[in-house]
Amino acid sequence: MSDLVTYLTRLGDNTLVLGHRLSEWCGRGPALEEDIALANTALDLIGQTQMWLGYAAEAEAKGRTADDLAMGRDVWDFRNLLLLEQPNGDFGRTIMRSFLFDHWHLLMLRGLTQVSDARMAGIAAKAVKEVAYHADRSAELVVGLGDGTEESHRRMQDALDRLWPYVGEMFIGDEVDAATAAEFGAPVPDMLRAPWDDAVLPILAQATLTVPDGAFAHQGGKTGARHTEHLGHMLTTMQWLHRAYPGANW
Amino acid sequence: MVASGLSGGELVTPRPQPAPVPGSAADRPRRHTGPTPRTEAEVWAVLRQIPDPEIPVISITDLGIVRSVTLTGRVARVTITPTYSGCPATGAISLAIELALADAGLRPVLETQIDPPWTTDWLSAEGRAKLRRYGIAPPHAAGPDACPRCSSPNIRRVSQFGSTPCKSAWQCDACLEPFDYFKCH
Repeated sequence: MSDLVTYLTRLGDNTLVLGHRLSEWCGRGPALEEDIALANTALDLIGQTQMWLGYAAEAEAKGRTADDLAMGRDVWDFRNLLLLEQPNGDFGRTIMRSFLFDHWHLLMLRGLTQVSDARMAGIAAKAVKEVAYHADRSAELVVGLGDGTEESHRRMQDALDRLWPYVGEMFIGDEVDAATAAEFGAPVPDMLRAPWDDAVLPILAQATLTVPDGAFAHQGGKTGARHTEHLGHMLTTMQWLHRAYPGANW
Repeated sequence: MVASGLSGGELVTPRPQPAPVPGSAADRPRRHTGPTPRTEAEVWAVLRQIPDPEIPVISITDLGIVRSVTLTGRVARVTITPTYSGCPATGAISLAIELALADAGLRPVLETQIDPPWTTDWLSAEGRAKLRRYGIAPPHAAGPDACPRCSSPNIRRVSQFGSTPCKSAWQCDACLEPFDYFKCH
């Protein structure tokens, strides 16, 4: 796989996996407005997936489509961050997962709007407008719930403690990042840490949440080396229809 | 509506008429009738009559998603810019364009252009007025300026997301009606 294809696949797998996770809330949200908001956010992410994986499939030039990549690959071929495949848990954990990712996603896309590859920059320019909205919303909810009732605060702190070890992977670069940075001027993950801290830490403080100690980071999602067991379970649901009825259409 | 009799002869209560769709009936796009378009301006005229599938009082040209039209003989090449990445209406809009142009005797070729990304700045002034008449507050840099029903500025946001990706849910504290706001994007 070329560096470009790997890079695009990572972007598309991030939005696909989080988009599917959020869609699992459809019809189960704690309030109608939240249900709709989660479904709308999922739609944005799945739409972005079509563009990223569509480009990845074309760049790969093996005659596959975005659908083939989304529905026909198994766990070891996915390149999403481990954070995004973590199960939804309660509403607070779902919002915390989005919050931690949204601000990284926003920084990443802002950087990608500046790359020399026009198609990549175009997709990023479209996606960044949607993701700015996601980041606003998840931040507002983190503050509302973190600085809310005793119960909501406890749940948000639990969520942060549980998800924090998955934050580090977002900022660990590898040779694919180095190659795309050199070729197109794509953002280097390590460089996003400081602006992410600047955006996220004050919001967590406002939410009266305590950032856990320690910089341990689970790794293996973006390289595909070691996904958590949750991704396989998610794919059995997500890919079931396509695998049972190949080419199904409506 | 006339009450209809069942086979047993008993009468059933007629079903009530569906509530009228708000907004002016004159705002609605109409189907193309007439000769095959010969100029690009005439193709635009056909496109102006294609309703948005979610908000049928505005046309796809009001929505500002048609980037360009070129006509070569009977081949009409139309470039569109989708609104939100995952908006399910995008597929329906493409189909509607193909059908309308084929109906008008043309051979449609659709192209998608995502860059520069669609923005609500491209909504036409007419489209904004139609939205308001329909009961949807049009996009505005600082959020909706007034209730689209009673014009009161005494309004509040209920949710950042609404019935479609392009809208958020608001309520008027004067007339107490909920309303949709077409988000600035």
